Formats: sequence, structure tokens, C-alpha cells
Amino acid sequence: MSGHSTYQPQSPFMKWLEARLPIGGLVYSSFVDYPTPRNLNYWWTFGGILAFMLAVQIVTGVVLAMHYTPHASLAFDSVEHIMRDVNYGWLLRYLHSNGASMFFLACYIHIARGMYYGSYKDPREVLWILGVIIFLLMIATGFMGYVLPWGQMSFWAATVITNLFSAIPLFGESIVSWLWGGYSVGNPTLNRFYSLHYLLPFVIAGVVVLHVWALHVAGQNNPAGIDAKAGQDTVPFTPYATIKDAFFLACFLVLYAWFIFYIPNYLGHPDNYIPANPAVTPTHIVPEWYYLPFYAILRAIPSKLGGVMMLLASIVLLAFLPWLDTSKVRSASYRPLYRQFFWIFVAAVIGLGYLGSQPPEGIYVIAARILTAWYFIHLLIILPLLGFIETPKPLPSSISAAVLPGGLPAGASGPVPARDKA
Amino acid sequence: MSSAEHTPAEHTRRDFLYVMTGAVAAAGAVAAAVPLIGQMNPDASTIAAGAPIEVDLTPIAQGQVIKVFWRGKPIFIDHRTKKEIDEARAVDWHTLPDPASDESRVKSGKDQWLVLIGICTHLGCIPLAHQGDYDGWFCPCHGSQYDSSGRIRRGPAPLNLALPPYEFVSDTKIRIG
Repeated sequence: MSGHSTYQPQSPFMKWLEARLPIGGLVYSSFVDYPTPRNLNYWWTFGGILAFMLAVQIVTGVVLAMHYTPHASLAFDSVEHIMRDVNYGWLLRYLHSNGASMFFLACYIHIARGMYYGSYKDPREVLWILGVIIFLLMIATGFMGYVLPWGQMSFWAATVITNLFSAIPLFGESIVSWLWGGYSVGNPTLNRFYSLHYLLPFVIAGVVVLHVWALHVAGQNNPAGIDAKAGQDTVPFTPYATIKDAFFLACFLVLYAWFIFYIPNYLGHPDNYIPANPAVTPTHIVPEWYYLPFYAILRAIPSKLGGVMMLLASIVLLAFLPWLDTSKVRSASYRPLYRQFFWIFVAAVIGLGYLGSQPPEGIYVIAARILTAWYFIHLLIILPLLGFIETPKPLPSSISAAVLPGGLPAGASGPVPARDKA
Repeated sequence: MSSAEHTPAEHTRRDFLYVMTGAVAAAGAVAAAVPLIGQMNPDASTIAAGAPIEVDLTPIAQGQVIKVFWRGKPIFIDHRTKKEIDEARAVDWHTLPDPASDESRVKSGKDQWLVLIGICTHLGCIPLAHQGDYDGWFCPCHGSQYDSSGRIRRGPAPLNLALPPYEFVSDTKIRIG
């Protein structure tokens, strides 16, 4: 994907295969020889972490499906069966449920990194939009997975979220009935959610392939936000990026393991260990932590249709970032005003997350409205405006100049052979 | 394709065949989508299980709200007190978010019996009876408040609690559905 491959198969078998299916060359040029900017920091390791987490979710999910029963009267007990009877069932389920949280955590960091360093800008718009599509698919997948244990939170999350569609004028009620397969959330709903929860991760994997493809066409962005100009600006993906990714993945897995082995239910809700009861709504219903900012936006709007529209807009607007951000400079390191507004935006989103977990009354509602307003003001007003009023700092002449004192002399190629611009 | 015989703008029989073939394929795709989408609608057994139910009102004391299930939806049957009826009728209903008179929400002559679908019109939670500021229902999910006629008074819900189709089969028995 990075121009013409320099891969030379050595063994007779690989020569034979390469002439029929050039997969060795594809892997070599994409993951071994691929030139990566030499100044990538640890924020760039989250793409690999996300790929790993997707694999964890698929592997643990497939084995959990061997023991789970998607039926309204059996699902809850089958989850308890997994926890108590199935060999290593407790481990597999905790891996999967906490894996979802880790997946979203890594995803939010990955998105924030893209926003800080302007990774969505020309020529990476399609790469960014594919990422927003993956995020939307993750939200749908995570939600449907949360319904499967058929506890109280599962049932009422399914009820509240499917009812979002009843806000659609005219067809709302018939769409909701179609989603349910009945007159309320019930066994048909659980069955289809199970089917789709199994399907969507593979759809995500497919879009991830497109995402990585688009990345390898445009080349990686980097903390300086300038294009690699010459060989001394890049290093080969292997070993430099692979080792860095592997090291930080190991650090990330320590956090993951801490949740699994020490506080496996910390991110869940006790109410979900009560079997689903259509007659009683839990007194305080909240979604999983990774949906809280969007839930706060939904509740902040004192109108049903308006709340649903703003919830949707808050995510879909992200896809338009490449055009909302009018600055030509990518990296916030050289944008003094944007850097401050970026951190205010991060604080606003975390604040919304906190407010989403609180009851919808009094000061919490007012604060949620202010932060919701700020979320949209940042994306729709501040970002477009900053490009015109901000004076960026001078950009370094090259990536190597940004990280090495004086840069490498032209012609000196550092530890690797010089190669073409990524 | 020989472009020497036809200018690109000229429509040929072959163009016509292409368009018709495409149209048949599109119609086939739509026809294939009908069962694939239709299978998700409520099935025959679900619809059959949604038949009307009868409820005996004699055990319901004044001031009591009971909950029965019809089509998987909770139905509130509220034996209202005089105070609750008076409160519901004292308010100028034209000014409410979803204007409806209390008279229009009960059967005439049966003012004490209020029958509601117990699903918050916001996002489908079950409101709690005898709570909130209007002697009616309070939804714990997003704070919507309904009065003693089940009308929305405050909060994000857009509409009053819905009325199920029902009739009195005798003075002490109703049929819902």
C-alpha cells in the first residue's frame, strides 16, 4: 500500500505463493517496511490497542456464545451458569464485559488524539469518517451486548434506547414496534439483539480494514502535524512502531487486568444482577459509563424529539470536523488558542459524563444544559472561527528538525535506508 | 459495442434492454427485502397473545392504583379519590403541554376510574404512582411528572399518558383491548 513493494520472497514456497497471491508483499509493505514518522509518541499506540481489543472481544464473545441462551426466560440464568459452572466462565465474561469498557476507553483516547493533532485534516478526511462510522457501530454493538444478560438494567436500557426512535414523527410508533417484534421489549427483541450483537463486530472488523487501508494511503499524521519530506523523517514500522505499540499495549493490559481481577463489577451496575422485570423500572437508570456524555445531552434538552436530535448530532457532527476546523495547521502544538479550547472541550465532555450519571434534577440539569451548549458551540462556532483569528506558531522545517537538535543533515539517513515520501 | 453506427446520444434497443434489465433487478431486490424486513414485525403468536383482557374492579380500594399487563404493557387502573378528581378538574386544561380535559380521559359517569397505559411518553419507563408535585405519577428515569388525570405537567415527556382502548362490560368490570 506504500507504493511499490520491495519485498523479495526468499523460500521457494513463498516465491511460488507470491506469484499467485502477493500476500507476503502486502504484509511486508504494510507492517514491516511501512515508513512511519520518527516522532510518533505513545498517543499513537492506541490504534494497535484498539485492534487488539476488537480481537479480544470477538474471541471471548464467540466462546461466551457457546454457553449463552438468547431467550427471555433463560438468558439471565445462562449468564449465571457461565459465571458459576462453565470452566473459566467467570474469566471469559469479565474479559468481555470489562473489555467493552477498555475498548471504549482506548477509542476515546484515540479520538481525542486525532482531535488534538488535527489528524482528520486533508488528506485524511475519509480515514476520519471511517473512524466515526466504527465508533457508531461500536455504540450499537455495545448497547445490544449490554441487553443480553437480561437483568433490570439490560431490560430498561433496551426500553429507553429503542423508545428514542418513537420520537420520529409519523412513523415512530411503527418503527419501534418493528424493532421490538412485539408491543413491548420482549423475547423477540432479545433474540434479534443477540443475532446483531454477533454480527456487528465483524462489520466493525471490515470497516477497520478500510480504516487501515485509508491510513496507509495517506500515511500517518504525527505530533508535528507536517508531512514526512525525506527519508530521515521516517523509520520502518518494524521494529520501531511494532515494539513501541507492543510495549504500550502491555501497559494498557495491566490496567485491563486490574479491572478483571480486582474490581470486575466496578464499571457495571448492581441492578443488572436482578432479573429483568417489565413491571418495575429501577429508580435510577443510567447507561454504561461510556455513553454518559451523550446521555447527558439527551436529558439536557427539554423536548423529546429535540433531545434525540441533539444526541445524534453530537456524534454525527464529528464526521464533519475536517470541514468545521478551518485552520491549515494540523497539530495543536503549534496552535496556542486551539490547544486551550481543546482541553476545555475535553473537560466539558468529562463534565457531561459526570452529569449523565447524576439524577436529572436541579443544578445538574442546568449544568448539563450549559455544557451541552458548549459542546456544540465548540464544534460549530469556535472551531471554524479559530482558523481565521489564531496566529499559529512557526512550523518546524521537517519532522526530523522537530525532534532532533538541528535535524539530521540532509543525506544522513539515521538508522534506516532513506526512502520515498510516505 | 460499435460506436461507429450510433452517436452516444442516440437511444438504441440495447440501451432499452439495459434499462429494463436493471429495472427488473431493482424490483427483485425490493421484493427480496419485503420478507427480510417484514420478519421483524410482531409475529402471529405475539399478535394472538395481544387479545383483550377483562379486569374485575371490585377489589380496588379508593385511592389505590393497580397494574395489569396487556400486550406486555403495564396498564394502570386508578380508583381516584374525590380530591384527585377535583384537582384534575380545577386546572385550566387549555394551558397544559398536551391539552386535554379530565372528562375526555375517563368514561362519563365513571369519573373515579382512570385507566392508563403506564408507560412514560418520553422514553418508555414506568412512572411511579402517588409521587411528584401533581398527586399523580413521577417518572424516575428523566423526571417527567403527570397529574391525577395522567396528563403531562412537567419534564421532558411530550404527551399525556396514553389511554388504552377499553370499555365497561358491567359496573365493576372492564375489558381492555
